[in-house]
Amino acid sequence: MSKERIKIAPEMFDIMPEEYQDLVERATYGNEHRGWKDIGTSKELIEEHSLCAGCPESMAFRYILASLPAPEDTVMVGSTGCTSLVFPHVGVHNIHSLFGNQNAIASGLKRALSVRFPGRVKDVVVLAGDGATVDIGLDMTLQAWFRQEKFTTICFDNELYANTGGQESGLMQKGFVAKMAPVGKTFEKVKLPEIARESGCHYVVNCTVSKPNLVEKVIKNAIHVAREIGPTYLQLYTPCILEIGKNSMEGLQEMRDSEKPTERFAYKEYVSDQAKELLTELAAKEKERKAALKKQLAGQA
Amino acid sequence: MSTMYQVLRGPEHFLPPAAASMGIRLPDPGQAHIHGKIVNEDEAMEVAARQFLSAKVPTIFPGPLVLWAWNEKAAGKATAIRHLYETIKECVTPSQQAMLIPMPDYRPKYPKINPEIEINPNHPNLTIWHNKIDTCMFVGVHCHQANLSLKIIRGGTYCYTIAMCAQAGHEDAMVSFRDATADKIRKLADWVKKLKGSVEPPKDD
Repeated sequence: MSKERIKIAPEMFDIMPEEYQDLVERATYGNEHRGWKDIGTSKELIEEHSLCAGCPESMAFRYILASLPAPEDTVMVGSTGCTSLVFPHVGVHNIHSLFGNQNAIASGLKRALSVRFPGRVKDVVVLAGDGATVDIGLDMTLQAWFRQEKFTTICFDNELYANTGGQESGLMQKGFVAKMAPVGKTFEKVKLPEIARESGCHYVVNCTVSKPNLVEKVIKNAIHVAREIGPTYLQLYTPCILEIGKNSMEGLQEMRDSEKPTERFAYKEYVSDQAKELLTELAAKEKERKAALKKQLAGQA
Repeated sequence: MSTMYQVLRGPEHFLPPAAASMGIRLPDPGQAHIHGKIVNEDEAMEVAARQFLSAKVPTIFPGPLVLWAWNEKAAGKATAIRHLYETIKECVTPSQQAMLIPMPDYRPKYPKINPEIEINPNHPNLTIWHNKIDTCMFVGVHCHQANLSLKIIRGGTYCYTIAMCAQAGHEDAMVSFRDATADKIRKLADWVKKLKGSVEPPKDD
């Protein structure tokens, strides 16, 4: 699990575009303690993207890719939407599925990887919008959870179909009027986190991406639980600033406003007993590692 | 099956037919094809070498199978490709500009690629137009991506295409080799060296 598997042929190094040279020399592949704090000091697995200026989804993408525990052994499955404009630029294996089909693809992929690479940990992470997760792909989403497939599902919830101009989605809040949904939503936002819990997900979180350290924590937890126990689900609020009438610099504030205790993206977490046990164990190990490191540094001083 | 169809320089038209659908078949081991006609491999070596020497911008497009050191075989091919490039550079006149441009990624790049430094199989014409490439060789590109690119190039550009394929060859290239190895690539470099001075360089516009 390291950069040893990602080497440019020496005779071709000088002709490779700079971003590929950087990926090999300065990315954090193989570093099991990688995290959002590496952003700015190492090569990110996403740098250029074609999302709108100030798009919270691009922030979420950066934090998530910085937080994957083992990007060199991770395959992400995307679906139709703004995310599919970003995947061509990321330094992680990924598959674009048919709209809504992402959890079915991920199920087969995870099983195939277990057979093909026995004894090696391979993470599968689904990353799709709310339309793909809750409307068009709800069947595939739920069935994967019922079957206890061992992968993480992340939903970028922007509460409408943003990529196609603002149609109503199941995760849109009640009463919201969108550009192509002029009557306003007449029923409540689908409670997918609760449905996920009842469908067998072992780790479920509903939050915004305003705090990178929180995103890192939930991503790592979700992936570790999915590896060992079963399905996990993260619903992350990534508002579409264009479709809700905000300016480029207002995305962060929008998320902060929406995560207040009484708001729909107040931090909500469900952890099964099995997952609690695992996460406690992992936290203890991490604490031990940090204490040892501290001791070592003190010894050096 | 006999055919009248020839795989020639484009621009053929917006969407040229796949050469295979026009009756062009792949060579057997030890053979190659020129414009769709099965020939002895040495004959194709000579034609490819002449193309490089007579082109204004003879270019090699190495793909991911040789850009990355997957294993010793891949690294060996990369060394041979570099040798071929250096040989072409040495053997052409100062008015000709040999290029080595990588195809590092098959995924379409949005909003745009940089055609000066890379080629993308989904729009290879951009790199060819930008650099005025009139002869190119694909090597280390997965077959399905090479097929896609070769057809686009034949459809929309004047570029002469050569495929140095590690499998069974490409119907859509104007010259196609099969079972490419590092030795075969070096052999092509030897042909270029051998023919140096015997091929008329391109005339200035």
